[in-house]
Amino acid sequence: MQNNKSLDFWVGLFVLLGAGAFVFLALRVGNMSSMSLSDSYTVSAKFDNIGGLKPRAPIKSAGVVVGRIGDITFDDHTFQAIVSMQMDARYKFPKDSSAKILTSGLLGEQYIGIEAGGDVNLLASGDKIKMTQSAIVLENLISQFLFSKAAEGKDDAK
Amino acid sequence: MIYRLISQLGQSVRNWLEELGLAIRTLIAILLAGLGLWRRPRLVTTQIHFIGNYSLVIILVSGLFVGFVLAYQGYYTLNRYGSESALGLLVALSLARELGPVVTALLFAGRAGTSLTAEIGLMKAGEQLAAMEMMAVNPLQRVLAPRFIAGLIAMPILAALFTAMGVFGGYLVGVQLIGVDEGSFWSQMQGGVDLWEDIGNGIIKSIVFGFAATFIAIYQGYQAQPTPEGVSRATTRTVVLSSLMVLWLDFVLTALMFK
Repeated sequence: MQNNKSLDFWVGLFVLLGAGAFVFLALRVGNMSSMSLSDSYTVSAKFDNIGGLKPRAPIKSAGVVVGRIGDITFDDHTFQAIVSMQMDARYKFPKDSSAKILTSGLLGEQYIGIEAGGDVNLLASGDKIKMTQSAIVLENLISQFLFSKAAEGKDDAK
Repeated sequence: MIYRLISQLGQSVRNWLEELGLAIRTLIAILLAGLGLWRRPRLVTTQIHFIGNYSLVIILVSGLFVGFVLAYQGYYTLNRYGSESALGLLVALSLARELGPVVTALLFAGRAGTSLTAEIGLMKAGEQLAAMEMMAVNPLQRVLAPRFIAGLIAMPILAALFTAMGVFGGYLVGVQLIGVDEGSFWSQMQGGVDLWEDIGNGIIKSIVFGFAATFIAIYQGYQAQPTPEGVSRATTRTVVLSSLMVLWLDFVLTALMFK
């Protein structure tokens, strides 16, 4: 019987170790700690171009994660992307806040940055953010630069 | 000549089908026999102790060293692009998605699978299984099913331990030895590793591998020729078959999970 008891102990220890490893993977390696939005409200925004924005990317305000992106759909009436955003219920924003698509670092992932406006009314579930700024697409930037260079060259020739 | 070739092909297909049918029948019989085991959980815990606890050392040490090597090699490549801060992400993703389940399954087949095959094969060669049947004890329920269930339980735990240990090894080499910034090591890892997409799929993989490796091991033992030579051949076949099966299943699962 004593032998059985010690065997149970070792098996129990093995299973506990395994559970510890799962918890470590979920909390320390994975993003469980940062994604557990217990309460959230959903707002949506339309963007002309979302660039490389992905579902579940963070939404940040002043650099702090305040929500996650839900799903991204395409509206074929206005030809814009509709991004639904799940905002942490702890953080409230004025109704006239603006959303921008930003990039963390040079090659990092894209996220939505929210800048608070001055309205007294707060964003509620189902609201739309009116003021948006699209992602900066490198090709458009280069073509703009080239056009302005070409325009300068024409002026010089006169 | 052609007639003989075609009939040889037909024979090998028939043999293969017969083998497959026998394996599936054995599997169903083991699963049915396993249903009655909840009344005798001690049979299973003994086997978890044998399969799981005794494999712990080799799994933990291998995980640690795989983590070490991943950190060194990952740093070597990432440093060329000046993005060594993504080292944690690289180590964690490759361990959670691929290396953790696959290497654990290969080690599991070598460490636990062979001993299962040899044990069951020797029981068969020593006519212990036949003696059990004489005493109206179902060897499927008494011998095979507890080992099968124990393997199913132990394998995901071992894979999780391997992955966790590998991440820790990557941390030791990457942060403590090479000097990658600790904050970006962990935060890039947490930012890039998804709980369901990456870790969850790794766990699904390890469960499937555990199922395949354990079943191949006990089936080979159960079907072994009851001679010393037959047992040794069955043990070899266990390692070869389950390694190939794990690699093949890994490819299939990765292709299915890849989006």
